[in-house]
Amino acid sequence: MPQAYRSVEITVNGQTYNKQVEPRRLLSDFLREDLDLRGTHVGCEHGICGACTVLMNGHTVRSCLMFAVQANGEEITTIEGLATNGELHPLQEAFWENHGLQCGFCTPGFLLSACELLERNPDPTEEEVRVGLSGNMCRCTGYQHIVESVLAAAEKMKARK
Amino acid sequence: SYDTREAENHPGVIAVLTGEEVGQMSKPFPVGVTAAFKYYSAAVGKVRYVGEPVAVVVASDRYVAEDAMELIQVEYEALPPIVHCEAALEADAPLLHEELGDNIGCHRLLTYGDVDQAFEEADLVLKDRFVFPRYSSLPLETYAVIADFDSITGMFTVRSNFMGPFSMHAVAARALDVDENKLRFIVPSDIGGSFGIKSSIYPYIVLLSLASRKAGRPVKWIEDRQEHLMASSCQTDRVAYREVAVKNDGTLLGIKSKVIENVGAYLRAPEPACTFRPIGNFVGPYKVRNVQLDAYDVMTNKCPTGPNRGYGCQQIYFEQERMMDRIAEELKMDPIEVRMKNLIQAEDMPYTTPTGGIYDSGDYPKGMDLVVEMSQYTKLREQQKKARAEGRLFGIGIATGVDPSVSNMGYITIALPPEVRAQPGYLPKSGSAEWATISMNQRGKVSVTMATTPQGQGHETVVTQIVADELGLTPDDIAIVDEFDTSKHGWTISSGTYASRFASVGTSAAVLAARKLKGKIIHLAAALLSVPEEDLIIQGGKVFAKDDPEKSMTVKRVAGTAHWNHELLPDDVEAGLQARAVFRFPSNVAPDPQDRVNSSNTYGFMVEIAVVEVDPDSGQVKILDWFSVHDAGTIINPKIVEGQIYGGALHGIGGALFEELAYDDDGQFLTGSFMHYVCPTAVEAPKLTIGHICSPSPLTPLGSKGAGESSSETAPAAVAGAVADALGPLGIRINELPLNPKRVWTLIHESKTT
Repeated sequence: MPQAYRSVEITVNGQTYNKQVEPRRLLSDFLREDLDLRGTHVGCEHGICGACTVLMNGHTVRSCLMFAVQANGEEITTIEGLATNGELHPLQEAFWENHGLQCGFCTPGFLLSACELLERNPDPTEEEVRVGLSGNMCRCTGYQHIVESVLAAAEKMKARK
Repeated sequence: SYDTREAENHPGVIAVLTGEEVGQMSKPFPVGVTAAFKYYSAAVGKVRYVGEPVAVVVASDRYVAEDAMELIQVEYEALPPIVHCEAALEADAPLLHEELGDNIGCHRLLTYGDVDQAFEEADLVLKDRFVFPRYSSLPLETYAVIADFDSITGMFTVRSNFMGPFSMHAVAARALDVDENKLRFIVPSDIGGSFGIKSSIYPYIVLLSLASRKAGRPVKWIEDRQEHLMASSCQTDRVAYREVAVKNDGTLLGIKSKVIENVGAYLRAPEPACTFRPIGNFVGPYKVRNVQLDAYDVMTNKCPTGPNRGYGCQQIYFEQERMMDRIAEELKMDPIEVRMKNLIQAEDMPYTTPTGGIYDSGDYPKGMDLVVEMSQYTKLREQQKKARAEGRLFGIGIATGVDPSVSNMGYITIALPPEVRAQPGYLPKSGSAEWATISMNQRGKVSVTMATTPQGQGHETVVTQIVADELGLTPDDIAIVDEFDTSKHGWTISSGTYASRFASVGTSAAVLAARKLKGKIIHLAAALLSVPEEDLIIQGGKVFAKDDPEKSMTVKRVAGTAHWNHELLPDDVEAGLQARAVFRFPSNVAPDPQDRVNSSNTYGFMVEIAVVEVDPDSGQVKILDWFSVHDAGTIINPKIVEGQIYGGALHGIGGALFEELAYDDDGQFLTGSFMHYVCPTAVEAPKLTIGHICSPSPLTPLGSKGAGESSSETAPAAVAGAVADALGPLGIRINELPLNPKRVWTLIHESKTT
């Protein structure tokens, strides 16, 4: 049933938004529909597929398992915030170069999960990448090119430091 | 009965459409079988599967619509369920569609060659029962439809992630009872995966079109994951009895197969194509000439089925390859040896199969040699010996198959008996075509419009490559339009991307269109340069005389003239520069009176070797290694093909090890979330060693064949073979999937207690 609206202040990709939302509004719907940031994809709405992954204060969360009100006062990064000044993030470049996506539906979630993974472990083994990405599902690629992309991105990021 | 009043009065609700209204506002979907049952886009009078639409709530937003949905009161009277496909055939089975008198949607007994004689001549006859589960290649993006009915023009405009075949557009138009030109399908570029599943979105297109008509406004629906799992589409589950006639040297003489396919509550077009799509390649890569197929498509209280990656092939290759291993076991031959013994040879190409398939090219023994070499098969067997000595359950599985691409529309009419197909009023079906249009603007840049509704297969990349090569331009000069609109674009009734058709027929249309455009550029340049056409070549953005390169002009200048300066155009040259091409295969004919049909057009080949270890304590199967050899003819983009092989293999592996759309004995659906329907992640996905051989197709301009399904067809059999090999010492035979830990553990423990 409809519920009383609440005020939220959420910073997304560096921009602060003040909005009125129903307490039951999912963070994923808030991002996609209220802010028109359609890059966050919704694949299952029960926290398994990982397509809706975003970063909250630098850590991955499932935006389909959170209400927008729970992100009140927090900083969110979505896929739209990954490239800076028109320059792709090294992970995005690596996915492009290594055929790391086919249909692209799962890609935003993979990129943000990989961001956190490489932040925590800048020099992962292939096995560590596979385990690190096991919270994201892809149905097109068989994962191989995704794993190769993340390993390639790790190399790029090391070289740039 | 249902009461929708409270929902209708709920604030924000615009309309509620009930199944009864659907029955009044639309016609049943047509389907290519003689069984006369009625299938509508929502349940009319009787609900036949969990997830069947009962009512549609149209509201201001999804949250409100879901609130209102809870307010609809539905009273169900429980009826006896039919869940298992063999139960549906029993004489006293409850009837799903009373008007039929049984639960059979389609039955055909097909006989090719002299099966009786083959079984008489056999030294050995083997028979087994096989069970193949219901799974889905399940795209991560669900169905989405925006339908808009215009009451003034009577036009339905539908935006959706429908993938074709566009023959289903006609099926939807018949249900809506409108002429096809009053039903406009718009498909945006970039569908989020499909693997066949989104061809079955059309009942929802009809349902939402009716909802829009009732609501008097556009209606949008995004399917949720639970709806997708329980009520979108999937492949059939089936039981098959396969009997083989074999000589002592391993020669396969004949096959008798009785198949019972569970197509769910309604046999939905293009079903029963699941049974007949692989008819031309039923024998796979083997020389056997005597085949009998006794095929039933039965209706039960499960979700209706439809195309799914591999469509029909993973089932037959599972049965076939399990049987090849059984033959090897009985005759104490190596599984490679028994397969080698029966392979069609390179010099037999093109090869006509007993069922009417015409294999266009291939060298199957070469492919088999390559996989043996790549996997170091002899060493693998030594490794196995060692592992077994240590008490480990280590297995090697082999599976091979012929990969059919570009379906001939005629194959589906095998569902009808020859006497029906021979009636004078009957319109025979045959063919498979694709369309492309290409235009060059006044600055020499090119746009190509395709009707291939890509779902992640990289069509833009491949068409760009092809057109740039044909026209001597760079990829930056080319733009591809793959958004698709039935009212604006050219298309054929077989358009779309399914049955691995793009690499064969889509690329061919693009090549032909580019060559036509090139011909027009040269024709015009010849007039402008006063050089005979045959002396001109196009390269690096220029047209020049091959013997006198000074005589040249840029392609841009030719294009500029065609668009801007008509004064210089010869009488036979149209203003502007564009070309359209439709590619079709001449080898496509309707089935003959003996039910033989070339069901596809180009035929690839694949062979897998899977290496696994089974943990006896948990029943878990671990893939240690995987080798996969392919022949997809000329490969246009190696990276894309590799991606397709990886993806296809994992669909097959997922189906063999984890994924199952399960029901209990009452027909209750058990796997409505990803916690219950378990898909492999990067951890479970094996790294493959991939090898290629290349037998170009003589039928396509580039020699290319489809590669999109390939390993999805053979991977389940390879996993089954490997697990069977691992558990062989325990006397366990594997004739049923999925091999999830529970099944494997149970098999191991039952073997210990007996």
